[in-house]
Amino acid sequence: MENLVEDAILRLKNVSISYTPGKNAVDNVTADIQKNSITSIMGPSGCGKTTLLRAINRMHELYPGIVTSGEILLAGKDILKMDPTEVRRMAGMVFQRPNPFPTMSIYDNVISGYTLNGIKKNNNEKDEIVETSLRNVNLWDEVKDSLTKKGTFLSGGQQQRLCIARALALKPDILLMDEPTSALDPITTTYIEDLLVELKNNVTILIVTHNMSQSARISDFSMFMYLGELVEYERTQKMFTNPSDKRTEAYLTGRIG
Amino acid sequence: MKISRYRNIKNKALYIGVIILSGLTAVPLIAILVKVILKGWRQINFDFFTQTTPTTLDAIYAINAGEIIPGGIANGIIGMLLMVLMACVIAIPIGIICGIYLAENTKSHLASIVRFLTDLLQGIPSIVVGIIIYIWVVIPMKSYSAIAGGVALSIIMLPLIVRSTEETLKMLPTTLKEAGLSLGASYSSVVFRVILPSAFGGIFTGILLAVSRVIGETAPLMLTALGSSAVQWDVTKPASSVSLLIWEFYNDPNLQNMIWSASLFLLMFILILNIFAKRISNKWRI
Repeated sequence: MENLVEDAILRLKNVSISYTPGKNAVDNVTADIQKNSITSIMGPSGCGKTTLLRAINRMHELYPGIVTSGEILLAGKDILKMDPTEVRRMAGMVFQRPNPFPTMSIYDNVISGYTLNGIKKNNNEKDEIVETSLRNVNLWDEVKDSLTKKGTFLSGGQQQRLCIARALALKPDILLMDEPTSALDPITTTYIEDLLVELKNNVTILIVTHNMSQSARISDFSMFMYLGELVEYERTQKMFTNPSDKRTEAYLTGRIG
Repeated sequence: MKISRYRNIKNKALYIGVIILSGLTAVPLIAILVKVILKGWRQINFDFFTQTTPTTLDAIYAINAGEIIPGGIANGIIGMLLMVLMACVIAIPIGIICGIYLAENTKSHLASIVRFLTDLLQGIPSIVVGIIIYIWVVIPMKSYSAIAGGVALSIIMLPLIVRSTEETLKMLPTTLKEAGLSLGASYSSVVFRVILPSAFGGIFTGILLAVSRVIGETAPLMLTALGSSAVQWDVTKPASSVSLLIWEFYNDPNLQNMIWSASLFLLMFILILNIFAKRISNKWRI
């Protein structure tokens, strides 16, 4: 496992997370995440995969009583010692359901990472950020004539791409995705998956998925979590053809989960 | 076979009963509207909105001559608008901020106390609010005033705005807030630029409903604004209100026709506010 990753952008060291004292939802997870790759986190419901993902941009701090311990290094910086708002700019997040800001136009949604943070940009810079971000998610051609329309007028798949563009606009080091296609239809899902594969040239993607075949289709590395424990972390191809742990095999063949 | 027939009859009877009872709830409203319109419309003309209340003498002359009573309720309309405006200026910011606090801290101890107290405040009889404001504002200012009336109305509005803001914010999906924060935005920027705009429709509807609730308040104004027979723009002087005028018209046998027209005005005003509120909440639904 030590030599799995050559150039780690994110390093998790003995990360444990608990909702109630004495009971770890994520238990002592250590893993390095390869830069410019897609790493998927799989596992049955309640195994702690979303909990782990949300620790990386410190979302847990919004709710009292959740304790994160261990060390999380993002681009060499210990994020647990940083200002959470700074961490969140480095780690973009895409949610299960598309959630564009309902009162904002498509344009304003994409640039919202800057406006909400009070970062001043002149109009040319803004236009450029919006166009690049929307081109990155292959949405530019579909919406370039309706940038002033509300983001919520778009279809579900377009909305999710808009949300990805919104996260990418801040040029994060890593993109955290929490089952980003589970609310979308199969065709749209394929489209988003292709997009993720394209995007990994610019950004590292860590994706939680319920869907084993999705993980097999798009990810370079896979994690299998079970009851809070990181059971196996391997190259996806190796995990799906020759898992080393019995529990991974049981999950992949449908006997648990 | 027999059982099912009996069941069908029972079903039908219950269904008809429900329809009749539901229809009955509309009867009082319609009866009031019909009565007020029939008795009040005759008095309503341009003067009704621009002139101040007539004196008893004017009314007696007009009645004896078989004419409609001259004058209008301009002093009441201006006073009412001024006092409601002041009440809004006080109650809206405080109510919205308190509502945000309650919606964001559902489990905190302080929030549950505040929520409980807000409910209590909502239950306080408006006349009691009037007495308190009499002591707090009228006595120190040594005069009845529109300010005192506005403060009294703001206290009645406050819990309504707090709770409607809280309920609206609770209906927003939590991922909206998380999406804002996940971009690294500060909490206050997410609240003011994402959450509040998204909840605007609900909050605005709540405000309109609170306004339409206090606009008909009479008892607290008797102890705070007192009344005025002239249009009074100075908010430190006693002021009138449409609801206060209805009470004054009631006390003067010669002005009784004016009760109906003033009531009609107030009813229509509140009805339009309510329809407006409903339309806005539909339009801004997310």
